[in-house]
Amino acid sequence: MLTGKQKKMLYRIIGTTVLVIWLQFLPVDGILKLACFLGIYLLIGYDILRKACLGVINGQVFDENFLMAIATLGAFALAIYEKSGDYNEAIAVMLFYQIGEFFQKYAVGRSRKSISELMDIRPDYANIETDGVLEQVDPDDVAPGTVIIVQPGEKIPIDGIVTEGASTLNNSALTGESLPRDVHSGDEVISGCINMTGVLRIRTTREFGESTVSKILELVENSTSNKSRSEDFISKFARIYTPAVCIAALALAILPPLFNIIVNADANWSGWFYRALTFLVISCPCALVISIPLSFFAGIGGASREGILIKGSNYLETLSKVRTVVFDKTGTLTKGVFEVVGIHHSTYDDGYLTEMAALAESASSHPISRSLQQAYGKPLDRSRVCDIEEISGHGVMATVDGRRVAAGNAKLMERLNVSAIPCHETGTVIHLAIDGEYAGHIVISDVIKPTSVEAISQLHRSGIDRTVMLTGDSGKVAGQVAAELGIDQVFSELLPTDKVSKVEELLCGTNGKLAFAGDGINDAPVLKRADIGIAMGAMGSDAAIEAADVVLMDDDPLKIAKAIRISRKCLGIVYQNIIFALAVKATCLLLGALGMADMWLAIFADVGVMVLAVLNAIRCMYVKRL
Amino acid sequence: MKKNYKIEVDCANCANLMQEATRKIEGVENAVVNFMTQKMSVEFSEGADPAKVMPAVLKACRKVEPDCEIEF
Repeated sequence: MLTGKQKKMLYRIIGTTVLVIWLQFLPVDGILKLACFLGIYLLIGYDILRKACLGVINGQVFDENFLMAIATLGAFALAIYEKSGDYNEAIAVMLFYQIGEFFQKYAVGRSRKSISELMDIRPDYANIETDGVLEQVDPDDVAPGTVIIVQPGEKIPIDGIVTEGASTLNNSALTGESLPRDVHSGDEVISGCINMTGVLRIRTTREFGESTVSKILELVENSTSNKSRSEDFISKFARIYTPAVCIAALALAILPPLFNIIVNADANWSGWFYRALTFLVISCPCALVISIPLSFFAGIGGASREGILIKGSNYLETLSKVRTVVFDKTGTLTKGVFEVVGIHHSTYDDGYLTEMAALAESASSHPISRSLQQAYGKPLDRSRVCDIEEISGHGVMATVDGRRVAAGNAKLMERLNVSAIPCHETGTVIHLAIDGEYAGHIVISDVIKPTSVEAISQLHRSGIDRTVMLTGDSGKVAGQVAAELGIDQVFSELLPTDKVSKVEELLCGTNGKLAFAGDGINDAPVLKRADIGIAMGAMGSDAAIEAADVVLMDDDPLKIAKAIRISRKCLGIVYQNIIFALAVKATCLLLGALGMADMWLAIFADVGVMVLAVLNAIRCMYVKRL
Repeated sequence: MKKNYKIEVDCANCANLMQEATRKIEGVENAVVNFMTQKMSVEFSEGADPAKVMPAVLKACRKVEPDCEIEF
């Protein structure tokens, strides 16, 4: 929709066009004709003239309004001086300039709106129950600890814990993935998710301003304030460019005629004056000034829709130059949770062995016992277990269903005089003995994420020179994971502080930029040290959002390659626009100076280029299929 | 103290100029004008009263862009 200002402008443009055409058929002449045209000129250009005057008064001399005012008034003066009575050109320049401005403002406004809508995850209200009646209140006014009610179809406005009800949540607005998630009472939920099926009562744990959704919005909205180098370049460029062009135009109007006078030729003041005016019209830097920030904004908006939050245009720019990607292993390339990956040499049924192991370990809260329980899959009946005896550093012994079960490492088996069969696989091995007889072993290991292999190969394909994995794990485990994923280089058995120095080492030996991807839990210093820190699975984790430059809302490593592709597309468009605009302007300026360009070409060089650049910039937003 | 204001400005370069102009106002520690989100974030110096500083900011911004609006 058009705003009030835009509507007024549209009426002025239409009015001017109609009046100019009508005037062509009127038998007016001389002073009357001039008066008529001046009237139309004021109709279409009064705001430009006013701004140009104000600019001069306020010391902002060389802006585009000034350029336009000088160019059009100059064209008028020339027509009067030459007594040609052709005032159309001055009006046309102003008219087309206004049409261009109108279109640009409309296009920019539209894309601004559609990008903002992409990111529109802001909840408008929260429901609170008072005396049995639901009341909609501003989420800002809800204190932590309040119980809010979220109905199906509504957004969860504030982070909290479900106290009552069960439902399915869609967090695609946050992550770009439409994988629904089931929640029931006791689960933590974050704001921004859409409640799909059931009514939920949620006790809020944070204020609205501290909630995930506010954090994300703040991050994305402030992102364009971190200016990229291309943007800086353009604003610096515009600052010297406009005065330089004005001086060049002045020189063009004065020097050649003076030279002609000196060599006794025809001075041709009016001809050179016309060229100078054309020069001024061409020179407007609007195409660059508007299209570059718009490209970055569109790129960042599109990426955020995919669950990739980029904290600033500068980071988008750096991301496109990444040549080395360093990964943390646990939680980034692997799931970071232990899972049963194999059961070997079992003398019983695999399921029975898992059941025995899970029951024997049921008293422990160690991740290994949890993964056994998960592999067993059913709730544990603790009454079947008694006489639990934990032998630290060895394992556990317990009586399950009247049978003596020992579960632990090779040392435990040795102690029980049971000969254990060693395992050839990497991971944590739990040997089991039942009633003093060896019963086989269960291998537990951290599992590689299903998309990790594809993620690494995509990175290699998109021209990343080197992929590196850092881990605190043993060399054997690290080597196996790296080989499976096709990672170029591995550094294992690193302490968190070693990771920082390793990254510093790698930074020295890298062409291009280095990105570090981690889960943000204990690698904040590394995230900060790398050229680009990418935090994964950061939904709800403040520390990661704080430390990283790029935040992936889910923990899919494929998004790293996607983020790099988005950044390259965006930067590609920025460079296209810079080169295209500068090339067209330079050519037209040259043609103008040589007297081969008239006002009409000048208007294309100004308005046409700007419109094309804006349309090109908007392409940055479409990154879904990248 | 940092405060956000809604603004209305329709050219990107003017937004940059408004930012520069705002930074020069007394009582303003730092300012960022975001053209894309049409927001202005002003960080006030210690002891400065936003209610007194903002009219000066608007005046300075009007000088570089006569059509701009700041809601405060």
